[in-house]
Parts: sequence; structure tokens; C-alpha cells
Amino acid sequence: MPDHICIRVDGVEHRVGAGTSVAAALWNAGVRAFRVSPSGAPRAPACGMGTCFECRVTIDGRPDTLSCQTPCREGMEVRTAHEA
Amino acid sequence: MKRERTEVLVVGGGPAGLAAAEAAAGAGRSVMLLDDNPRLGGQLWRADVRDAQSPHGREVDGRRRRLAAAGVVVRMATTVIDAEAPTRLWAHCADELLHLHADRVVLASGARELLLPFPGWTRPGVFGVGGLQALVKAGLDVDGRRVVVAGTGPLLLAVASALRRKGAKIVHVLEQTSRARLARFGLGLWRTPSKLTQGLSLMLRGGALPLRAGAWPCEAHGDPTLRRVTVTDARGSTSTIECDLLACGFGLVPQTRLARLLSCEVDDGVVVDALQRTSVPNVFAAGELCGIGGHEKALVEGQIAGLAAAGQLRSARALAGSRRRALAFARRLARDFALRDALRRLVTDDTIVCRCEDVPWSHVRDHTDARHTKLTTRCGMGPCQGRVCQPALAYLLGHGPDRPRPPLRPVPLGVLAELRTTIEGTAR
Ligand SMILES: Cc1cc2nc3c(=O)[nH]c(=O)nc-3n(C[C@H](O)[C@H](O)[C@H](O)COP(=O)(O)OP(=O)(O)OC[C@H]3O[C@@H](n4cnc5c(N)ncnc54)[C@H](O)[C@@H]3O)c2cc1C
Ligand code: FES
Repeated sequence: MPDHICIRVDGVEHRVGAGTSVAAALWNAGVRAFRVSPSGAPRAPACGMGTCFECRVTIDGRPDTLSCQTPCREGMEVRTAHEA
Repeated sequence: MKRERTEVLVVGGGPAGLAAAEAAAGAGRSVMLLDDNPRLGGQLWRADVRDAQSPHGREVDGRRRRLAAAGVVVRMATTVIDAEAPTRLWAHCADELLHLHADRVVLASGARELLLPFPGWTRPGVFGVGGLQALVKAGLDVDGRRVVVAGTGPLLLAVASALRRKGAKIVHVLEQTSRARLARFGLGLWRTPSKLTQGLSLMLRGGALPLRAGAWPCEAHGDPTLRRVTVTDARGSTSTIECDLLACGFGLVPQTRLARLLSCEVDDGVVVDALQRTSVPNVFAAGELCGIGGHEKALVEGQIAGLAAAGQLRSARALAGSRRRALAFARRLARDFALRDALRRLVTDDTIVCRCEDVPWSHVRDHTDARHTKLTTRCGMGPCQGRVCQPALAYLLGHGPDRPRPPLRPVPLGVLAELRTTIEGTAR
């Protein structure tokens, strides 16, 4: 397995350690608005285990995917609320 | 749709589920184990992606090899979403619908953290305690970050020291329980001679971490990302500290939704007898799901459940002594880390309670049950299906849980449609 892989976050390429979850990769890249709540507040991961649904983003075109439950894959395209 | 048949079906791949699967396979049964995580190990044994040689990683690898050698079918990223009958379950995996038919089912779905609302708890940078731990194991970088760890339970010290090993600067560990109770718990640890408790008693005595008992966070400030935390204590004195991350969790609550869907009796966890049998025939339960007590309880209960599900009742009964000791430890945990009443008064009128739908405390505080709250305020109607707000409201208002409604997790529309037509087809 390679040490690093590349994913694109809101159109910008990022190098991340192999096996990193999308949630961890986004946080490390400085993303703080994973999603935006109904009243317009930015939200980021809280539970780390697939419970709170605060970490949901669009991954390879699939909306509302839990980034804490998804490992990064080479060439993955991630869209956060920041872009929307 | 795919149909699969097995003698013993284990739901959950944490310590309890792994022990159950190994025990049942060792007794000669065909076993399938499934877990909704992409990787095996559950919460405690979650693999560290930056350290393949970690003790937890090696533990899981060893167990995975033993399961493979015993012919156990392991299905990851697979979630049970519905039930036709207690031993006929519907699961979902990568857009595929699975119909699982077993003779016996062992539920080992573990626990989640109790996150309690307080002003600012929804800010980016505020996590659960196990939550931050899980994210760090998945690669989140805390090197050089100032972290406040708060809430209650042995997990606080365990996580604080793990974060420090990753380069975090631990500003404070705030334990809501009093110094006296913490001391009583520490003194009782010699009765539980395990690795976890040895480490904990060392930390409690050595004071290696900036531990403050009888204190808790009452507000998280930021713009909007977390910058500072206000801390209070029983005398009502407050102070505000700068930090980058706040990890705050008030203990664990069993994940009983699937068990309740199968009509298993539940009180503080799924109710089981000494052989881990639930109130529903052929359905067993083990681990944190039956009550919070740590991984040693999970392991012995899992072993008993696996043996009992395989019909090896004598071997299962032989483990009664270890089970009793583990349950005694669980009772001490519940007693010494009981939540203080002041934590019920952290919410203000505009504190958000339902994170999915942004429902504030003022809208829910006068409601008397979960279902009514949901229908009139949308609290618990979001995609998390009340997983965060229902345990919080159970604590704040004494609400009982709402009846779980399938699918237990949001699934793609195509899968949902397939599930509906298949169920209608079977009904006819
Ligand atoms: C976030 C978190 C972090 C923790 N970290 C630590 C720690 O660092 N050290 C420690 O000593 N203890 C920790 N704990 C405590 C932990 O609960 C126990 O020590 C131990 O992991 C319990 O084992 P278990 O097998 O009962 O449950 P778990 O380990 O929680 O395993 C349950 C498994 O079942 C899966 N599951 C649940 N529902 C379904 C479903 N419907 N379909 C498919 N799969 C399902 C879950 O995803 C999970 O993998 C943590 C708990 C939490 C909640
Ligand atoms: S962080 Fe809670 S679901 Fe992903």
C-alpha cells in the first residue's frame, strides 16, 4: 500500500496518509464547515463513530455521506458545505 | 437482493462480537459476523491508521486470522436496518440488500457517547471524548494543539494520555465527579487487576495529567470555531481557558435500537440472564449493549453468548465467576461516575438540543415524551434519527426512548424501495 494518496477537497488537491478517514483529512486540511445547519451554522464532526451525522459531505457525487465512516481513496472528490 | 443462511449471526465486531463469533465457531457452528464500520474492532480496538503495529491493531489482526481459520464469514461496512423476525434480518452493504436467516442471533452493538447540550457545544472543534479519540486514530492531527478533555469516566484519562502521545498539549482534564468519589473509584481498582485499570490507577495516583475533579465545561466560545471554554464547579466559580479542541463526553449509553426493534426487553441496557439470553427466544446480547462495564465485561459476555448460542451451556456457565467480577466493576463505574444534577442546568433557552434540525431547548423543555417532542418540534426527525438528542433528553427530562422505526439507518432510495417491495412480497 502506498504511504500517501491524493484526494480533491472542493476542487483543491490534498495529499493524505493512506488509510486516513475523509473526516480526519478534511479537518487536517482546515475544513470547519463540513455541513451547514438549517439556521446557517457551520458544523464539523463530533462523535467520530457514525452517530451524529454532523460530518456528512458529498463524496464522489454522493450527497450526505458520513466522512468519519469513509476511508480516503486515490482520486476521491469531496465537496463540503463551504462550496455549496 | 442476496439471501444468506448461517447458524449463528453476530451483529457487531467489537470485543463482545469478536469473542462471541470465535466461541460459537469453536463449538462447530457456522458463523457470520457483520459490522457497520469499514474496519473490524469496534470502539476500543479501532485501528490506528498511522500505527499498524499498535497493540490494538495486532489484537484485531490476531482475532481476524483466528476467525478466518475457523471459517467465520466477516462482512464489514454492513448495517442491519430492519427485521422480518428476530432471527431474519435485513442488512445493507454498498447498495446491496441482504436477507440474513440465522438460527440464533447475538447482538453486540456496543455503546455510544452521551453528549450533553450546553451553550456552544455545536461549534466545530467540540467533540466527544471517545469521538476525538476515534478521529485521531483515523488520522486527525492533534500535534501541538491545546486540548481540554472533559465529562466523566475512566475514558477521560485514557484518551487524554493517548492524545498526549500524539503531541497534543492537554490543558485540563475536567472530571465532573467529586474528588471523593474519584478517590473511592481509584481505591477500588485493585480488585480489578487488568491492564486498563492498572494504567488508570497509576494516572490517578501519579497526577501525570492536569486532572481537576468536580469541574465541568459550561460554555464553548468561538467565532464560530472553538477558541475558549468556560469551566465551572460546585461552588459556582468560573474561569475561561483558551484551547483549540474540546473533547467532552458524559459517559456511554448502550445502542439498543436494533434490540428494541426485535422487541427485546431493555432497561439500562438489554436485559439478559446469566447465559446472555434476552427476553426474545434465540436472541442473545453481550457487551456494552447490556450495560456499560468496559472491554473485559464485553469479552467475557461475548464468550458466554457465543457458547450459549452454540448450545454449549456447560462451558458457558463455567465463565460465571469472571462475569460476576466484570458486573461488579460495572456497578462501581455507575456509582462513582453518576452525573451530578448541575449538568441538567447547563442548557439555556436558545441552546440547540437537536443538532440535525437546530431545535432549541425552549421548544422542547415542556414536552413529556420523545414521540410528542418529535411530532411537534421536529427534534429527533433529522438523519441521526435522535441518536444524539434522545439520550440527552432522557437525561434532561426523563423521556423514555421512542419506538425505533426501520430502516435503522438512512439508506439510498433504491435500497429502500427494494426493501419495501420485498417485504410486501413476503407478506402476501
Ligand atoms: C467513541 C468511543 C470510543 C471508545 N474508546 C475507548 C477506549 O479508547 N478505551 C476503552 O477502554 N474503551 C473505549 N470505549 C468503550 C467501549 O465501549 C468498550 O471498551 C468496548 O469497545 C465495548 O465493546 P463492545 O463489543 O461491547 O462494543 P463496541 O466496541 O462498541 O462494538 C460494537 C460494534 O457494533 C457495530 N454496530 C452497532 N450497531 C450495528 C448495526 N445495526 N449493524 C451493524 N453493526 C452495528 C458498531 O459499529 C461497533 O463496531 C469507547 C466507546 C466509544 C463509544
Ligand atoms: S462524526 Fe458523527 S457521524 Fe461522523
